[in-house]
Amino acid sequence: MSWFKRLKEGIQTATKNKKETPDGLWHKCIRCSEMTTIKELREHLYICPKCDYHTRISSTDYFEILFDGKYTRLFDEIKSVDVLEFSDIKSYKSRLDDAYKKTKLNDSMSVATGKVNKLPLTVACMDFGFIGGSMGAVVGEKISRAIDYCIANRTPLMIISKSGGARMMESAYSLMQMAKSSAKLTLLAKEGLPYFSFMTDPTTGGVTASYAMLGDINFSEPEALIGFAGPRVIKETIKRDLPEGFQTAEYLLEHGFLDFIVHRKDLKCKISDLLGCFDTRKPDSELVTAS
Amino acid sequence: MIYLDFEKPLESLYEQMEKLRDVEAEGTVDVAESIKELEKKIQHTKKEIYSNLTGWQRVQLSRHPERPYTLYYIEQICKKFTELHGDRYFADDKAIVGGLAKIDNLSVMIIGHQKGTNTKSRQYRNFGMANPDGYRKALRLMKMAERFNIPIVTLIDTPGAYPGLEAEERGQAEAIARNLFEMAQLKVPVLCYVIGEGASGGALGIGVGDKVFMLENTWYTVISPESCSSILWRSWDHKEEAAEALKLTPEHMLSFGLIDDIIKEPLGGAHVDPEKMAKTLKAHIKAELGELMPQDAEERIRIRIDKYDNMGKYQIVE
Repeated sequence: MSWFKRLKEGIQTATKNKKETPDGLWHKCIRCSEMTTIKELREHLYICPKCDYHTRISSTDYFEILFDGKYTRLFDEIKSVDVLEFSDIKSYKSRLDDAYKKTKLNDSMSVATGKVNKLPLTVACMDFGFIGGSMGAVVGEKISRAIDYCIANRTPLMIISKSGGARMMESAYSLMQMAKSSAKLTLLAKEGLPYFSFMTDPTTGGVTASYAMLGDINFSEPEALIGFAGPRVIKETIKRDLPEGFQTAEYLLEHGFLDFIVHRKDLKCKISDLLGCFDTRKPDSELVTAS
Repeated sequence: MIYLDFEKPLESLYEQMEKLRDVEAEGTVDVAESIKELEKKIQHTKKEIYSNLTGWQRVQLSRHPERPYTLYYIEQICKKFTELHGDRYFADDKAIVGGLAKIDNLSVMIIGHQKGTNTKSRQYRNFGMANPDGYRKALRLMKMAERFNIPIVTLIDTPGAYPGLEAEERGQAEAIARNLFEMAQLKVPVLCYVIGEGASGGALGIGVGDKVFMLENTWYTVISPESCSSILWRSWDHKEEAAEALKLTPEHMLSFGLIDDIIKEPLGGAHVDPEKMAKTLKAHIKAELGELMPQDAEERIRIRIDKYDNMGKYQIVE
């Protein structure tokens, strides 16, 4: 009866982790493997109740976390065109079609405007699910229009980055979105309107090297990967292992590139605290006198 | 002469020519007629090769080991060049050089990526891959130029910003982003020339200007063909296909409206006649600055920002 004998010591799987469950009801934390019901996870703002891991979420989730109930989506009518007729092992057109189907979104950037604890804010938020949150012409144009909207309506701007970087399938057009978004941000700055840059996991490449790093206030979610080059590329370049915690939010905070790290459950409160510190009226419209 | 793979037909022709010249020098046989014939053939072959270059061949030419780099152009174009070093925060990056100089009677701030010409100097220049300190030095020089109303010329030639550990530690992304932001608002004219490789954010980091030009045998896009192949094809073997798919040639860039013009190179590339290339470049810089200088600064900035705002194709669906 040797097959009843335990040959390897220490095989232990918590019973709850062995459960066979239908998809859509349970969520398994990618870090600690803790099983949580989707309902419970949602109540926890998609943070693992056991290990505090901030699961990647969509633009809609962020809008719902931030805004007081109602908000207005803007510029959903802008969609990509495959100008270069780009094709690698898959055509750009089919990558787009797959992304439309998968995400029900029109691109990797969504813009919405509303109120955060009664204070107006326009938010442009990226979706990693849409071709890796890559930045193409639509992302640049939505940022540009969001900035125009902020200037016209005197609202501050917040961009939530979550991106692998530029969208290679739009080649130089995608590269120029870095210049476009940065150039437009100078106009917002000149208008005296604050720009909050919120970096979430992951924020890399051309997105980091343009609008993500240009916030009046730069902040991030805990443990988010933030960098210019990807860790694999760096490792191949320097031919040694990367230190633990390299390119995490905590690492960037330590090196002076972030103002602070904010837990998702404190996000809304933090934003409204900050919003309250800025006077967004036109600087010359009314002189503020200390009397 | 170093011949690239697609230039091999020329190599054998030049070899034949050399033999003929030897015979001519001996003076016993009259080879004048044969030399003439061969010269014609060489011209013909050159035209054939260089008028039908693929994207990948352009990339190869842009990396030709004998191609002139920034300091060569500065030496040829400018008088009284003083190189200015250091970013005032951390280091002096050797992959980006810059300084004050005169182009005839006009003061300019001229800044560019610099590659090395032999193994040792290539390492010294980090193969033209700048660290954050390079971008911050460039910005320091540009802000100084702005203060003294001196126009800025940048020469772009980089395989990309350096993807190293220290580069990340010191904020490669922030340094590039800051340059894009500040360059958009510079009160003085800014001219940018891609003289070799224009790879991604590393190139754009000194590439936001009123006018952007590319020399004929250069490329400019979001990623090098090799890295694109490695990411999208998951193998390094598709660089030729990637170079085609990326549409990275000056002609493509001009047709996309992302650059302002293409500057002709001597037949065979800038390295065939670098002096001539430098003369062409000098005349071009002078003409362009002549047009930009008289403009009102605010108006120039407005036009610059509008130009970038119009970059990108998309559709509006209801």
